[in-house]
Amino acid sequence: MIDRIIQTLVDALSVGGLYALTALGIGLIFGVMRLINFAHGELIMVTGYALLAAFALPLPLVLLFGFLAAIVLALVTERVAFRPLRNANPATLLISSFAVSFLLQKTLILFVDSRPKGIDFLPALGRQIEVVGVRLQILQLVIIAVSVVLLAALTWFLRATAVGLQMRAAAEDFRMARVLGVRANRVIAIAFALSGILAATVSCLVVAQTGIVQPRMGAQLVIIAFVGTVIGGLGSLTGAALGGFLVGAATILLQALLPPDLRVFREAFVFVAVTLVILFRPQGLIPARGLRERV
Amino acid sequence: MTNAVRRVWPLVALTLLLTMIVAIASFAPDVLQRRTTQGLVNLVAVVGLYVFVGNSGVLSFGNVAFMAVGAYVSALLTMKAAAKSVFLPDLPSFIAALEWPTLPAALAGGIAAALLAFLVGLPLMRLSGISASIATFAVLVITYAVLGNWTSVTGGQNSLMGLPIYVGVWTGLGWAIAAIVVAFVYQESRSALLLRASREDETAAEASGVNVVRHRLIAFTISGFISGIAGVLLAHFLGTVRVETFYLDLTFLIVAMLVIGGMGSLTGAVLGAVVIAALTELLRQAEIGLTLGATTIAAPAGTGDAILALIMLLIIIFRPKGIAGGKEIGWPFGRSTP
Repeated sequence: MIDRIIQTLVDALSVGGLYALTALGIGLIFGVMRLINFAHGELIMVTGYALLAAFALPLPLVLLFGFLAAIVLALVTERVAFRPLRNANPATLLISSFAVSFLLQKTLILFVDSRPKGIDFLPALGRQIEVVGVRLQILQLVIIAVSVVLLAALTWFLRATAVGLQMRAAAEDFRMARVLGVRANRVIAIAFALSGILAATVSCLVVAQTGIVQPRMGAQLVIIAFVGTVIGGLGSLTGAALGGFLVGAATILLQALLPPDLRVFREAFVFVAVTLVILFRPQGLIPARGLRERV
Repeated sequence: MTNAVRRVWPLVALTLLLTMIVAIASFAPDVLQRRTTQGLVNLVAVVGLYVFVGNSGVLSFGNVAFMAVGAYVSALLTMKAAAKSVFLPDLPSFIAALEWPTLPAALAGGIAAALLAFLVGLPLMRLSGISASIATFAVLVITYAVLGNWTSVTGGQNSLMGLPIYVGVWTGLGWAIAAIVVAFVYQESRSALLLRASREDETAAEASGVNVVRHRLIAFTISGFISGIAGVLLAHFLGTVRVETFYLDLTFLIVAMLVIGGMGSLTGAVLGAVVIAALTELLRQAEIGLTLGATTIAAPAGTGDAILALIMLLIIIFRPKGIAGGKEIGWPFGRSTP
């Protein structure tokens, strides 16, 4: 009994951690330019395929290749698709990221087909170890550790470095920040690069866990994480991480707690809960400052 | 007199345009007729989405859920009892025995979808902007999860087959014109005008006494009805219903059509559907290939989807108001006299 509880908790923590990292990548971009980046999923996807392409190389090179792919793609999409729209309203930006996401996904399908491909990435992490009498997968512990470390590192970056300060200022009031000398293009490019790093990390962990690379791997994660960003409070990074974590953890807990014949409906339950949060707290669990439109 | 004609001119022009296209297509080979029908079904769906999105300015990702509801309701009402006992052995007996004619079943599908839109709209229409879009997206996911797993009534992940196939080019045209008329009459109403005021400036509209929630709800319900009808048409065009049909890909297609045509006007919605249908057909020909002597030049399969996404992106960047630019078709004979 007790080991089942611990197992479920570890499941919830690791899945919640993955969604928190994904939501953070989306929240970061929303903060600086009010863009909900659906194409974040394609950053995850491109890392997956980069890992696949470079698989024969030594591990550090494979990882380097995977991360570079996501960062470069993030910067390119910003330059080509989002910079021309910087002053557009959020709905237009949302649609454009929707289009970018589909364009990247469909273009990939053109070059490699849409069937899932198997990849035995980091097989050592698939083994199980025994911790206080409970058998746990090393990978799940790694996911939890990586999530915590990355969250801490990002917090440090935003709180303690000059660029981080500028980024927070831009998130709170973009025009005011520019007036005070924050270089908009640089801050936004750095935010995109960071979101690329977050996406690449998530991708490596997911690929190690599932052993599969497929064109829709990112889109599925992003949809859930994106909803997490909204209930956490769009524009607030803590909110994004919290919201992503809650949605991911809730999915696992519902899976464990619901009676078997209701389990298939667990996504419906999660989204009903999400709708309720949006209705009762439209600004999210942790409302961002500076987001309210002044009249 | 001329002013009245001027006022309904966009409606007349769009109807003429569609009738002309269908009249030409009815002489075309069967394959092309099917594509035209498919295009008309999509057009009904785009018009349904437009009624809410165009007038309220709030982007909805949920309308495909209303299509799904319409499709399933009409399927359950029209399938032969024998077919239902094969695909849905656990169906409650009072539904299993029903064999309605197609028209009442189609209207029932539309009404069921409108009812769902009204019920979810009651709480959701209080939201604005991005939160509202996410909430409508949640409606899509919830509907998908429920329809895909409510095995005794919907067959779950399996397809329902054996639906009467009655949607051809002329039926499609009839419904498309009906949808355009409904959308046009609605957008000429006082309620829609107030809603468009809130689209331009929500705070100012509210300050002027516009009950934004109420007018959004009216638009959402009408939009749900037309989308439901589009779902019914799709079901009875294909002859099968699968829950997978009514999810992200269809949502993207319908939203893309509306964005490309221009979501600010009915003309934009119709043009978006027509232009994309024509373009998709051209690209499909390109995928089949062009034979020059002994060699065949063919675009790889899937080019169509990628190009559609690319066009959508280019339109957003370079012509954010879409092909129609947010205007209706103008009166071609001289300027209006005040």
